[in-house]
Amino acid sequence: MSGRTFIESTVRGFTEALAHALLSERAAGQAGLLQTFDPRVRVLGLLALVAAVVLCRRIEVVAVLLGLAALLAVSSRVNLASLAKRVWLVVLGFTGLIALPALFLTPGEPWFTIPGLRLSITQHGLRTAVLLVLRVEAAATFATLLVLCTPWNHVLKALRSLHLPAEIVAMLAMTHRYVFLLIETANQMFESRQSRMVGVLPAKEYRNMTTRTAGVLLSKSVELSHEVYLAMISRGFRGEIASLSEFRMKFRDYVGLMAFFCSGAIAVWLGR
Amino acid sequence: MDRAFELHDVHFDYEGIAALQGLSLQVEQGERVALLGANGSGKSTLLRILNALYFPKQGSVHFQSEPLTQRRFQDEEFLLSFRRRVALVFQNPDVQLFNPTVFDEVAYGPLQLNWRREELVRRVEETLSLMAITHLRERPPYRLSGGEKKRVALASVLVLDPEVLLLDEPTATLDPRTQSQVIDLLQQWKGTPKTVITATHQVEIVEYIADRVIVLQAGHIAASGTPAEILSNRDLLLSANLIHVHRHAHGGVMHSHPHFHGHSHQEPEP
Repeated sequence: MSGRTFIESTVRGFTEALAHALLSERAAGQAGLLQTFDPRVRVLGLLALVAAVVLCRRIEVVAVLLGLAALLAVSSRVNLASLAKRVWLVVLGFTGLIALPALFLTPGEPWFTIPGLRLSITQHGLRTAVLLVLRVEAAATFATLLVLCTPWNHVLKALRSLHLPAEIVAMLAMTHRYVFLLIETANQMFESRQSRMVGVLPAKEYRNMTTRTAGVLLSKSVELSHEVYLAMISRGFRGEIASLSEFRMKFRDYVGLMAFFCSGAIAVWLGR
Repeated sequence: MDRAFELHDVHFDYEGIAALQGLSLQVEQGERVALLGANGSGKSTLLRILNALYFPKQGSVHFQSEPLTQRRFQDEEFLLSFRRRVALVFQNPDVQLFNPTVFDEVAYGPLQLNWRREELVRRVEETLSLMAITHLRERPPYRLSGGEKKRVALASVLVLDPEVLLLDEPTATLDPRTQSQVIDLLQQWKGTPKTVITATHQVEIVEYIADRVIVLQAGHIAASGTPAEILSNRDLLLSANLIHVHRHAHGGVMHSHPHFHGHSHQEPEP
């Protein structure tokens, strides 16, 4: 990899991370099906469907749940092509790699023998691998839908109103808040390096540069955390996090919650 | 006039590096004071001591005759009352904007101080409107411009309607328009009971934002006086590193004079 490519690709990676966050915010602001429900309904309902996916043992039922996830995505105005690129392909790659040995190692009736090699894909192995991939695809799609259709601050408030400890919610909120600042800082550091670069440095020098950047970022983040703590104390922080919930459940939210729970329960019963 | 702050022989250091060296100071209630000094002169440290974020290693600090000590802040009633009455706007707004949205940010202080929900929401809405940032209420801080961040940081303390406002470089790094908006806001408080202490190194703004200027140099007070008195003392400003000598040519003849930005100067006759 040439040096210029390394820096350019890093800068592009930072920019893409920020662009993804903006895209997610836009999706969360669309007038789709999921977006009309109270955030607590979205959190509970989608988590119930994730649990159902995990508990189902039949491929057909998990496939139907994946279809339901795709349907929810379409009705919530989430771009299917983007979902396929960001979730389905990535999950297929990673989980497929993990499931690959199961095709050959799981004992059972041979379904297909690779010519020239004494390797057979067993029927049971194939079912296990497909079930694993489908489960992860469906669970990841439901989880992604939650994040794409709900602004992050609403997810946090929903988690808080569902009695997740305030300290954990505050940590998640601050991580999300400051990761963007640190991405921006890292981006500026790489851009400033790029603007002063002439020629190509050896790979070892690039590794050193990355290490130094990580070190500087770490020391900046320590300094920042101290300043943020002072700013919190200045406004009355005394070790306990107070939060303001603005959510109100309406009739349609109760209907939605029931629909999510019933779908999950039926799937678990059919897929047992 | 009652006294807001009284500091006597205050010393403070960062692991052996002196930041304040025997500083004594009185600030009356309703006074608008500018702390003028170059980088590293101790302005920010002084503001943090006035906000009881740091406590002096030596010397004493009193707020309305109450000593500001770590022991005093163990009394929750006093702590809540002090945080309600004295507010600090940090130099870097990113430090101060740690909540997921602008609304949450402005609501943070009142929430910590146990305000009733109805009053809290009403005050937050009023403050958003006052600072002309209602349209930003659901926006996360990373999607705000520098000027917007500064306004939100100001709103997050103004919501408490504090008696004392401590501002650390409120106009630094802002574009001229936002800078002028912040100065207008500071000018609005002239004649009100609010005590406003502003740390700045921008000589050109002090006459608009302060009735008294205190020049800090290497952790101690180098001079104190009205803006007119301080701004006319070029030697003082030069030695405090607040203005610089500017060299340029008039008709091929080079000459030099003290110079700071934002003010016109009389050119000598060629």
